[in-house]
Amino acid sequence: MNDTSRLHAEDITIGYDRRVISRNLTVEIPDGAFTVIVGPNACGKSTLLRALSRLLTPAEGRVVLDGRAISSYRAKEVARVLGLLPQSSLAPDGITVVDLVSRGRHPHQSMIRQWSPADEDAVRTAMDATGVGELSGRMVDELSGGQRQRVWVAMALAQQTPLLLLDEPTTFLDIAHQIELMELFTDLHEQGRTIVAVLHDLNQAARYGTHLIAMKDGSVVAQGAPADIVTAELVEEVFGLPCVVVPDPVTGTPSVAPIGRVREGHRSARGVR
Amino acid sequence: MSAIAGVDAASTGPLDFGASVRVVRIGGLSLRFRVRALLVSIALVVAAVGTALAALCLGEFVLTVPEVLSAFAGTQSGIVETVVLEWRAPRVLGALLFGAALGVSGAIFQSLTRNPLASPDIIGLSSGSYAGALVVIILIGGGTFMIAGGAIVGGLVAAGLGYVLAYRDGIQGFRLVVVGIAISAMLGALSTYLILRARLEIAMTAAVWGAGSLSRVGWTELALSAVVIAVALAAVAVLAPAMRQLELGDDAARALGIRPEPVRLSLVVAGVALTAVVTAFAGPITFIALAAPQIARRLTRSPGTALVPAALLGALVLLLSDIVAQHLLPQPLPVGIVTIVVGGAYLTWLLVREARRRP
Amino acid sequence: MTAPAAVVVDGPPRRMRRRRAVGLVCAVVVLLVASLLSVLVGSKPLVPTDVAHALFAPTGGDIDRIVWELRLPRTLAALVVGVALGVAGALIQAFTRNPLGDPGILGVNAGASLGVAVGVALFGTRMPTQHLGFAFLGALLATLVVLFVGAIGRSADPIRLTLAGVAVGAVLAGITTAMTLLDPSTFNQMRGWEAGTFVERGLDVILPAVPFIVGGLAIALFCAGSLNMLGLGDDLASALGAHVGRTRVLTVAAITLLAGAATAIAGPIAFVGLMVPHVARWIVGPDQRWIIPYSIVLAPILLLVSDVIGRVILWPGEVPVGVVTAFVGAPVLIWLVRRRKASGL
Repeated sequence: MNDTSRLHAEDITIGYDRRVISRNLTVEIPDGAFTVIVGPNACGKSTLLRALSRLLTPAEGRVVLDGRAISSYRAKEVARVLGLLPQSSLAPDGITVVDLVSRGRHPHQSMIRQWSPADEDAVRTAMDATGVGELSGRMVDELSGGQRQRVWVAMALAQQTPLLLLDEPTTFLDIAHQIELMELFTDLHEQGRTIVAVLHDLNQAARYGTHLIAMKDGSVVAQGAPADIVTAELVEEVFGLPCVVVPDPVTGTPSVAPIGRVREGHRSARGVR
Repeated sequence: MSAIAGVDAASTGPLDFGASVRVVRIGGLSLRFRVRALLVSIALVVAAVGTALAALCLGEFVLTVPEVLSAFAGTQSGIVETVVLEWRAPRVLGALLFGAALGVSGAIFQSLTRNPLASPDIIGLSSGSYAGALVVIILIGGGTFMIAGGAIVGGLVAAGLGYVLAYRDGIQGFRLVVVGIAISAMLGALSTYLILRARLEIAMTAAVWGAGSLSRVGWTELALSAVVIAVALAAVAVLAPAMRQLELGDDAARALGIRPEPVRLSLVVAGVALTAVVTAFAGPITFIALAAPQIARRLTRSPGTALVPAALLGALVLLLSDIVAQHLLPQPLPVGIVTIVVGGAYLTWLLVREARRRP
Repeated sequence: MTAPAAVVVDGPPRRMRRRRAVGLVCAVVVLLVASLLSVLVGSKPLVPTDVAHALFAPTGGDIDRIVWELRLPRTLAALVVGVALGVAGALIQAFTRNPLGDPGILGVNAGASLGVAVGVALFGTRMPTQHLGFAFLGALLATLVVLFVGAIGRSADPIRLTLAGVAVGAVLAGITTAMTLLDPSTFNQMRGWEAGTFVERGLDVILPAVPFIVGGLAIALFCAGSLNMLGLGDDLASALGAHVGRTRVLTVAAITLLAGAATAIAGPIAFVGLMVPHVARWIVGPDQRWIIPYSIVLAPILLLVSDVIGRVILWPGEVPVGVVTAFVGAPVLIWLVRRRKASGL
């Protein structure tokens, strides 16, 4: 991992209306890393991602992209460097899958450059990568939640940006598709992209992320490689969840096993605490 | 379905768009369009031209097509020339132009609010125009251009007020609709009261204006409105790609490089301008802005808004309505009555049909 | 959507219930005051002693006539129409789950206007008593058409019903406009009707409509509890034991009776049905069993106050109450929607 970071937040204070979520927050997104932001509900992880992707303007401080404040760029310029999968988006009535994915090419298009061969390639690659190729001509409203989510991911991929921000990309997906997507993101990461994802699943975060940022109440509690920071103490501190951390049997990365309540019968907790 | 055909068809297999799409490439420039939308648009243009010719022929003096055409060529003189060039042509052209403006305006508001029932009236525009015109007609007693001015001022004040009152950290569709309802109600009440208090003949004149009529559209009015409409349509053409991206939601649009608020404001201004100028010279004409984009979308089977077909369809529908209002009723009526009855009936039919299809 | 407050087995705690009851009593007091004002204020201002004399020791003089033939009837009309519109509005909003529901959206106003226009143009009717039947019939027929269009197949989907109301209402309004533009005397009659007024609405106009309003009220109170559950969504409502289909049908019947009768008496009066339930909800929360009683009291207050303002603002001339309610109601509506949390149901 390099020391340089193209994207970082300097001393930002962010919130909604009059509610401040994070104050004086400084976060660096390491280049070429697969950064995952984790934390309990309402800890500010989505807010941080929105600030990093310029969806949210900090009340104080600034978000810096390639040495300049992100707000100083023209919108399309940023869109060519920073890709975002937002948490909630709307598909227009009657739009087909391929049409929606093609919308991701907008930052590269203009009135007279409406559909170049590069656009076509990008759309095809994105659809193949997310496995929605056979759904190409179907209406998005007719798809299942999981299929729709993959289409939105394809749209973000079609943007072909070196940095990719993902806000809870695996919601609505069954576990097979969740893993498929995470593997896809890992592929993209290995191809050289910088990925920042907000994830709910701590185990997936530890398994796929190369750099974890654990947040609580708007501040960063710990950051670093999963193997270094994911410990039972951290999980208890951040989530309030007593647990045991063991190496994942497949990948060796930290895996969190919650302790739960002590019960009689076949579900008793075995020799812990 | 058919594949993409490009001049330089690269890569490994066609992209299935689910419908026919053609790409035209010249050098580094490229243009992409849906075949069906193009065909529908061409068909609409043909229909509009045909209907226009028919409209020019109909009336107290029934003319033939060759006579009409020669009047334009300048080879006719006398009564035929007067009838065609001075009476009918501006009205027919006005119907086409105003209908197109209304169709585009409706498409804009439906796209921005993501609501197929949206129309420029939602921000109180038509009730503002009516109230403004009434003030001029009843209280001041002005002529066509003063009425137009009153309508524009009234409409813009109402729309502006609506926008300002609905603005709170950005525009939320729901709030805009509610504020529009409130402002329309106040202005409507004012209009009712003015009509009630005026002398009968004046009140009826005002009511005729309020029903929406093309009878006052002459060459001057046409020229003035054409300028405004052309400028507004040009702005919309430039903003069209951004408008489509906004349909994905603010976040996704921003992610793709659009600034939602400036784009939205510009589109609202353009939409308001289009409707305001039509209302200024023809009074409030309902349902074209609501129905034309919907019918256009269904005909072209395109996702989101189809601007060019909406414009063409608006033009055609308004012209047809005017023909009906002038020639096909037992007594000539303002065109607005035809559009509201036909528009309402169309909407009703749509609802019944959709209900039958989904048990 | 805000969570409903009172759909619990035990009901709200006693303190809240007592507060609501006290509030209702206060509202009734305000209503009495407003009614008194309505009798006192007018082109000839009266004093309470005049009214007392007229009521208890009538001598047949001018003042007595004013009280008995002008002020009392219009006050009564405002009360009756207010009750009907307020409850109809509460029902519509609960039924369509749309806080913007106005009783007119089911085509009631358009139908009533067309009915009156037909009466005036084809039968030469002139008096409010004659308009009553045509208006009510028109409102009923319009609502039936709207119901048919909006509810065939499924059981009255609220959104489609609203759309149907807009569509059918537009057609009817167009026909009405055509009829008025074709004949000046029709136009003259209709422009008086469109403003909504209590003038010349005596007992002969009010009494025939009262049975329908009473019927509608009875149905409304009967359905109030089920309507609460409907606000949770059809599935959950069924799971909680509400008869979804039956409640819907009854509610629509009640709305038609109430709104139709109210419009038949006084002409189209906007905003009362839209605003009053909103204010009631703001006071007591989303419980129909309280919203409806509060609407019964608050709506006449709004109408009486508007009517009084109408008599005062251009004194000694008069502004029709239908015009005033828009100017009173619209700013309140805008204020309501500008609050940070626009209230759902």
